[in-house]
Amino acid sequence: MTHLKQLEQESIHVIREVVAEFKNPVMLYSVGKDSAVMIRLAQKAFHPGKFPFPLMHIDTGYKFPEMYEFRDRFVEEIGARLYVERNEPAIAKGAHPSVLGNDKCCQQLKTKALLDHLNKHEFDAAFGGARRDEEKSRAKERFFSVRDEFGQWDPKNQRPELWNLYNANIDERESVRIFPLSNWTELDVWQYIKLEDIPLVPLYYAQPRKVIEMNGIIVPCEFLETVDPAGKLGFTEDDIQEVDCRFRSLGCIPCTGAVKSSARTIDDIIQEVVDARRSERENRIIDLTSDSSMEQKKREGYF
Amino acid sequence: MDMTNYENKSLLRFTTTGSVDDGKSTLIGRLLYETNCIFEDQYAAVEKTSQQRGNERVDLALLLDGLAAEREQGITIDVAYRYFTTDKRKFIIADTPGHEQYTRNMVTGASNSELAIILIDARHGVLTQSKRHGFLISLLQIPHLVVAVNKMDLVDYDEEVFNRIVQEYREFSQKLDIHDITFIPVSALDGDNVTTRSANMPWYDGHTLLHMLENVHVDADKNYVDFRFPVQYVSRPNLNFRGFAGNVVSGTIKVGEEIAALPSGRTSKIKSIVTFDGELTEAVAGQAVTLTLEDEIDISRGDMIVRKNNLPQVANEFDANICWMDEEPMDRRGHYLIKHTTQKTKAFISGINYKIDVNTLHREDTDTFGLNEIGRVSIRTATPLFFDNYKTNHGTGSFILIDPVTNHTVAAGMIRGKVQTVQDVTPGKRAEATRSSNVKWEEGLLTRSDWAKRNGHEGAILWFTGLSGSGKSTVARKVAGLLFERGCQVAMLDGDNVRHGLCGDLEFTDRDRSENIRRVGEAAKLFFEQGNIVACTFISPFQSDRDFVRGIMPEGHFFEVHIKCDIDVCK
Ligand SMILES: Nc1nc2c(ncn2[C@@H]2O[C@H](COP(=O)(O)OP(=O)(O)O)[C@@H](O)[C@H]2O)c(=O)[nH]1
Repeated sequence: MTHLKQLEQESIHVIREVVAEFKNPVMLYSVGKDSAVMIRLAQKAFHPGKFPFPLMHIDTGYKFPEMYEFRDRFVEEIGARLYVERNEPAIAKGAHPSVLGNDKCCQQLKTKALLDHLNKHEFDAAFGGARRDEEKSRAKERFFSVRDEFGQWDPKNQRPELWNLYNANIDERESVRIFPLSNWTELDVWQYIKLEDIPLVPLYYAQPRKVIEMNGIIVPCEFLETVDPAGKLGFTEDDIQEVDCRFRSLGCIPCTGAVKSSARTIDDIIQEVVDARRSERENRIIDLTSDSSMEQKKREGYF
Repeated sequence: MDMTNYENKSLLRFTTTGSVDDGKSTLIGRLLYETNCIFEDQYAAVEKTSQQRGNERVDLALLLDGLAAEREQGITIDVAYRYFTTDKRKFIIADTPGHEQYTRNMVTGASNSELAIILIDARHGVLTQSKRHGFLISLLQIPHLVVAVNKMDLVDYDEEVFNRIVQEYREFSQKLDIHDITFIPVSALDGDNVTTRSANMPWYDGHTLLHMLENVHVDADKNYVDFRFPVQYVSRPNLNFRGFAGNVVSGTIKVGEEIAALPSGRTSKIKSIVTFDGELTEAVAGQAVTLTLEDEIDISRGDMIVRKNNLPQVANEFDANICWMDEEPMDRRGHYLIKHTTQKTKAFISGINYKIDVNTLHREDTDTFGLNEIGRVSIRTATPLFFDNYKTNHGTGSFILIDPVTNHTVAAGMIRGKVQTVQDVTPGKRAEATRSSNVKWEEGLLTRSDWAKRNGHEGAILWFTGLSGSGKSTVARKVAGLLFERGCQVAMLDGDNVRHGLCGDLEFTDRDRSENIRRVGEAAKLFFEQGNIVACTFISPFQSDRDFVRGIMPEGHFFEVHIKCDIDVCK
């Protein structure tokens, strides 16, 4: 069997185990490429039936318009149930990285929204598309990651995972995060997307875009206001240039930059990933604040 | 390198271990770096840290430090997973720390590995720790072991040093159940023999580590004989469809083939093999599929679909090796949950045989197990399990124990077989088969391959020759006894014995000696046809007689063993 078939089989096994062992699982849907692969795997796991759990999108309100569009069309096409959940009070108060700082903003709009709504729906298991190769602290994450009642991760106190025997026993107030793509790399994901012809938000593909370059981070100019609502950074019309670029990973507009690229097709992207000399999350401002920032976030309940 | 290729790329999962400072992190860092699996920004960060610490060279080991706590302590405390890829293979590394306290982690990392790398520091040679790692690899039955003798640069790339370590480790490994060991002299720091051949060690004519990893043949390690399909999930999307989703753990199955469902024993035929990508005519080990059956039979999660004539063992008590993984020691009176394939049921420890000192391999008496302790126990379960010996089937021979109060995974286990009583192992009764027991005979002649399937090994003739008094019978008996202990089906034909019966009419003339061998050869072949490994001891001085016996046997099944001994000693 090819490596992709083996990875696929491992993920399908994990997804089925969760459905068999938990009462009320949910799949977190971020509209990105990893979510797209995870959904395809869920479809495969339960074919010819539909996958027996809903999707949940934690919406910060700062996602790209193309993402919302794509999300609604895609979810309808596959006939899945989708919950869109937000931290409305924080959004109403104008939560934004420029006001709260990146960490706090993330904590409010993502972590808190996630934990509140996992509780609200009484989900006991939540699938996420995170991969171990994405970030250092994730290299030690488990397929089944147990969280306490506050959704917190304790990296020092994780259960060993042996063979493909997953321990799904948890207490009343605990929950688990499940990472079926743990062993996939960015390259695997792209190759699988090609192999399976999986539809994606067009932002992943390069095209000439009108952008502004801010400290090495490329922001499409139409989003200037979303990134810098108070106009503190002082960019003007004159800073706009047209650049071939694409998004390597999709997050919130204020925290996700584009990268220069001419990869217009899936093959171009695969080649680009092979040649890539920089890691996929480098344009994600969220990971850069301190050396341990992802670990800190995960400890607090982020994915 | 054409890494965009994915149609023919395979996967290798391996684990690395070594004592602290043997250079494990450096070696992995080197593999990642040289296969271009490290990004500039990651490299830059490591470069910066190296400088801050005053290192001369970029310390590739820093690439691997995952968690803040470890970075502070400067050690790896848990299993971490790393990935790299070449145009041939994708690699998943389970990077495990080697200290004694972390036996648990090594067992975890090893459980899914097809190959293990043990690092040995060339300056220190074979340490107790290196032996312990070998023992764990043997316990977990990782099919391939690479011993990387590291820091060769610090011993002047001396062949002698390398050879000494090889010899010592080989000798030690005789005690273990490891069949494929490769030794490679490397310098992780400078990259010698890691991905490119070392100019410093022209005396080494083996492959580089990467070449070995890319080419080691792992498919043959899989069990394609015994079809085992633990039902994971019953799929009923509508009234017309009822399918059983799961992984083919081992073996293969085709549409139309007859199956039995355990525990009910009800039989049916495979109607279809359903996948998202279309129906299949055959499913093989490693595939995730959904099976539908011709007949409505009641099957639920935890049941197992198998071939009617190739059943696993079914029992609610079995012997197993376990590794204790919890801070809380084993509670002899406590109840645990056992998770085995897709089944979960209550279990308790019904007996303790011994624990093994992982450093000396000595068996010791004990009445409990603490963290990181390993040994043999009997376990009784509330409902019967369907299992095979771990050695022949990792998927149906492995289990975990869960503490129902703390929910911790407290033990990892490898099943040996049903609990054995003295009666079971007295001579005359067949020892427990190492491959599937309970294989049923259907119709027609039993063929050699039927026996081989049940026994887990092929038949053969071991022909011991040598002078009278050379000790050939003693050796043959010993060999037969050892094979018997391993669960092999053995038979013995002894020169002295047949002279009383089968060949009682023969003299000791050359002609009669030849006739004697002819009869014995034919008799041995009959035993062989019925699956036996036949140990024959005959003086048989004539090459032509031995060639006769060899000639009536299929190729590769006749082994001549000459016991050489000085004639005076024999007397
Ligand atoms: N001279 C030399 N030093 C090495 C070699 N491999 C590793 N080291 C050094 O040995 C020390 C321990 O290495 P490290 O990879 O952290 O060991 P680990 O504890 O097994 O992961 C570091 O100072 C390395 O630079 C080698 O091949 N030659």
